[in-house]
Amino acid sequence: MHFDSAFNGLAHQLPKGLLARMELGLDTAPTTASEGLPRRSFLKMSVASGFALGAFPLMAGAQDAAPVTPVGLKPYEQPAAFVQIDKDGTVTVTINRLEFGQGVLTALPMILAEELDADWAQVRGVHGDADPAYIDPAFGMHITGGSGSISHSFTQYRELGARSRAMLLAAAAEQWGVNPNSLRTAHGKVIGAGGKTLAYGDLAEAAMKMPVPQKVVLKDPKEFRLIGQATLRLDAPAKSTGKQNFGIDVQLPNMLTAVVMHPPVFGAKLQSLDISAAKAIPGVKAVFRTPTDRGGEGVAVVAQGYWAAKQGRDALIATWDTSALEKVDSVAQLAAYKALASKTGLVKFNADMSPLATAPQKISAEFTFPYLAHAPMEPLNCTVQITGSGADAKVNLWLGTQMPGFDALAAAKVLEVLPKNVKVNVQMAGGGFGRRGVPTADYVVEACHVAKLARVAGLDVPVRVMWSREDDVKGGYYRPMHVHHAEIGFDAQGTVLAWDHVVVGQSIAQGTPFEGFMIKDGIDGTALEGMRDPYDVPMRLSVHHPKVNVPVLWWRSVGSTHTAYVMETLIDEIARATQQDPVAYRLQMFGDKHPRHTAALKLAVDQSGYGKRQLPVGQAWGVAVHESFGTVVAYVAEASVTKGVPKLHAVTAGVHCNLAVNPKTIEAQVQGAALMGLGTCLPGAAITLKDGVVEQSNFADYIVARLPDMPRMAVHIVPSADAPTGMGEPGLPPLAPAFANAIAKLTGKTPRDLPFKLA
Amino acid sequence: MQTLNINGKDTRVEADANTPILWALRDTLGMTGTKFGCGVALCGACTVHVDGVATRSCVTPISAVAGKKITTIEAIATDKVGLAVQTAWIAHDVAQCGYCQSGQVMSATALLKGNKKPSDADIDAAMAGNICRCGTYARVRSAIHAAAAVLA
Repeated sequence: MHFDSAFNGLAHQLPKGLLARMELGLDTAPTTASEGLPRRSFLKMSVASGFALGAFPLMAGAQDAAPVTPVGLKPYEQPAAFVQIDKDGTVTVTINRLEFGQGVLTALPMILAEELDADWAQVRGVHGDADPAYIDPAFGMHITGGSGSISHSFTQYRELGARSRAMLLAAAAEQWGVNPNSLRTAHGKVIGAGGKTLAYGDLAEAAMKMPVPQKVVLKDPKEFRLIGQATLRLDAPAKSTGKQNFGIDVQLPNMLTAVVMHPPVFGAKLQSLDISAAKAIPGVKAVFRTPTDRGGEGVAVVAQGYWAAKQGRDALIATWDTSALEKVDSVAQLAAYKALASKTGLVKFNADMSPLATAPQKISAEFTFPYLAHAPMEPLNCTVQITGSGADAKVNLWLGTQMPGFDALAAAKVLEVLPKNVKVNVQMAGGGFGRRGVPTADYVVEACHVAKLARVAGLDVPVRVMWSREDDVKGGYYRPMHVHHAEIGFDAQGTVLAWDHVVVGQSIAQGTPFEGFMIKDGIDGTALEGMRDPYDVPMRLSVHHPKVNVPVLWWRSVGSTHTAYVMETLIDEIARATQQDPVAYRLQMFGDKHPRHTAALKLAVDQSGYGKRQLPVGQAWGVAVHESFGTVVAYVAEASVTKGVPKLHAVTAGVHCNLAVNPKTIEAQVQGAALMGLGTCLPGAAITLKDGVVEQSNFADYIVARLPDMPRMAVHIVPSADAPTGMGEPGLPPLAPAFANAIAKLTGKTPRDLPFKLA
Repeated sequence: MQTLNINGKDTRVEADANTPILWALRDTLGMTGTKFGCGVALCGACTVHVDGVATRSCVTPISAVAGKKITTIEAIATDKVGLAVQTAWIAHDVAQCGYCQSGQVMSATALLKGNKKPSDADIDAAMAGNICRCGTYARVRSAIHAAAAVLA
């Protein structure tokens, strides 16, 4: 997910308003060390072989005396919650984000290990659970989104490593009776006079009693030996051998599995229900009505395992009351959106539109973008365990989640317990792309209702609520459908005289706790991010936010999923209309104001052979460049169109993400995001509704990119030592327009409807 | 109740005959390396080998595999092709979220057992049924070529 970049500078102010709004205490950041931390110990010593991964970092039972901590350091600045050094030298780094493919379980430990001077071979990473220490320092809450894991926590994790190192140095200095300044560190050891060494594992116990330094000197980037190295993922072995557990793999004693029959129209309630056949399925333990998202009602089938639960659900006979609900029809919705797009909406920024009437050349364009499901490979799931009752009730949740704090609050509300009595056990997630960061916590709320009602039905056991793929595809929280309308006037040199642009699409933030800071003057910033910049054109940009009975959500790269397509294909059209090379035209527009755009585009162009290398007959180049989440990605695409079917053959990427922490992961993120961007072009990559019901149900009719779709890809990174910017999402937006621009060159016509239609 | 040969061991499975192998593995036997992705043989996450043939376990009932040898991701490293594939997977840093990778490894192993030197087109054909939403396909291709080279 992404928060409009305009808010990034204010990020430290955002949480207060947000938190006040939610009346929560869970995600707040205590400002002194006296709060939030006492149950952990820094540099925790393992007891012989008693180190248990599952117990970390909540080690209440094995708690040593709290270390001396300075007043003034926030919990997220103190090593206590982040670093554990075992006797054998193993360094365990807790990450304050969700690992769901983007590689932060490797990159964040790399950053910390760099300043710690740890031996990388002994470093590993674990997830932190919902906890005040694990907030995103910029957002002020425990959240994985906005491509912010590295960009927001780079300095944080360096300082955590440097503080830990200083404490180890102090411990060694005390042991040897020397000044710490006379010592140095390397590969997990403190090195003293004459080359004598003390291993971190042997120093950990003494080090944890040392004061935590407030100020630390960080390395000069020139001294980095880990950061910047192409590093294999720490989770690669487990993920290549089937040993990696995900949320869906959680197994608890006596656990039952539930599936829920969702209403066919969002928010519908049951009219009639026959559960007799469902109850007769062997393994089914209970069948009951349960609240579902948006005030709807569904039916939970609780059973021994998924198969019995699913069979039970398939045997339910239900009718639904949809009389009071808007029943969306995508065809009618598109027509309504197009009508809206012909009128100026809420104005984000303005310019003189009078030159449009007299401009020598004009482009009038309308673009359409469908709803898109995230469809992460691990279907949504949440396991709930409730123990005790009344005020003493305790709740454990197990799930892969981008926003554990929100989930805990939502669970507390449903289960009527104090938020502090809800523990979110953050699990590795099989993808998410935004779907595991839901302000309404829809699938967590649903799971809590089911667990609560199961208990009422006499099933006092942990309940794992699982979604089928059909539930996922039909379950809403889509990338919103959009229509763009542009009227552009320009001269023979390609100078834009006036650009009138209207965007129509549902607001993602409306009605969520994010509304207060993501929506300004009625305009949801996420719908417009990526518009105009970096092109300094006189644009009037306005937006309509219709209310529609379809839940929407951020989807990898959010607004840029559509704005980049519109901007980059229109810029190309202007270049073509004025007989200019699309690269030269862009570079001239960037001027000296956008050096990172220029560097990324030039790198991609140079490496691709654009303009120099002859492409096979029937192929053409296409170019696009776009900044999102602080990172600029330029693509040079090589594509063909055969019998009306476009094919992307090769892509060369130029990436400007400032300092590249792990180039190996960055390459993977660019490849993966590009592939997902390509997926938005494929015929069938659309969610549509008829009579309020989603028409697609699984990968047969909701099309995603498959291996044969993958083009040859080369990823090149612009060298830089500046503080790193986002990498999980920025590779997505420019892919589709680069592909489309190549198609336009071959056919003379830019596709303006996504997904592409087969000729 | 049925006895299945799983990873070389006869294993009693307390499940109805129509239960798909996937759920017998995951929910009855607690073997969670094999993943659920779509439930209708469209994504390949649940791929296992039945007598060496890549098979979608989500749509194959246990009644259909009586007397056959089922191999899952948990044991594929005991096969030299499977081991080579996993080793290449790690060396090429293929996984991102990793959820689909059990199925990818099983499909790639089946491919290499039948085709010692697959072309890109062979790989496209053999792996098209395995969806990866993270988009690891480029590295899947290179890891398969690398494993083939090691086995050659």
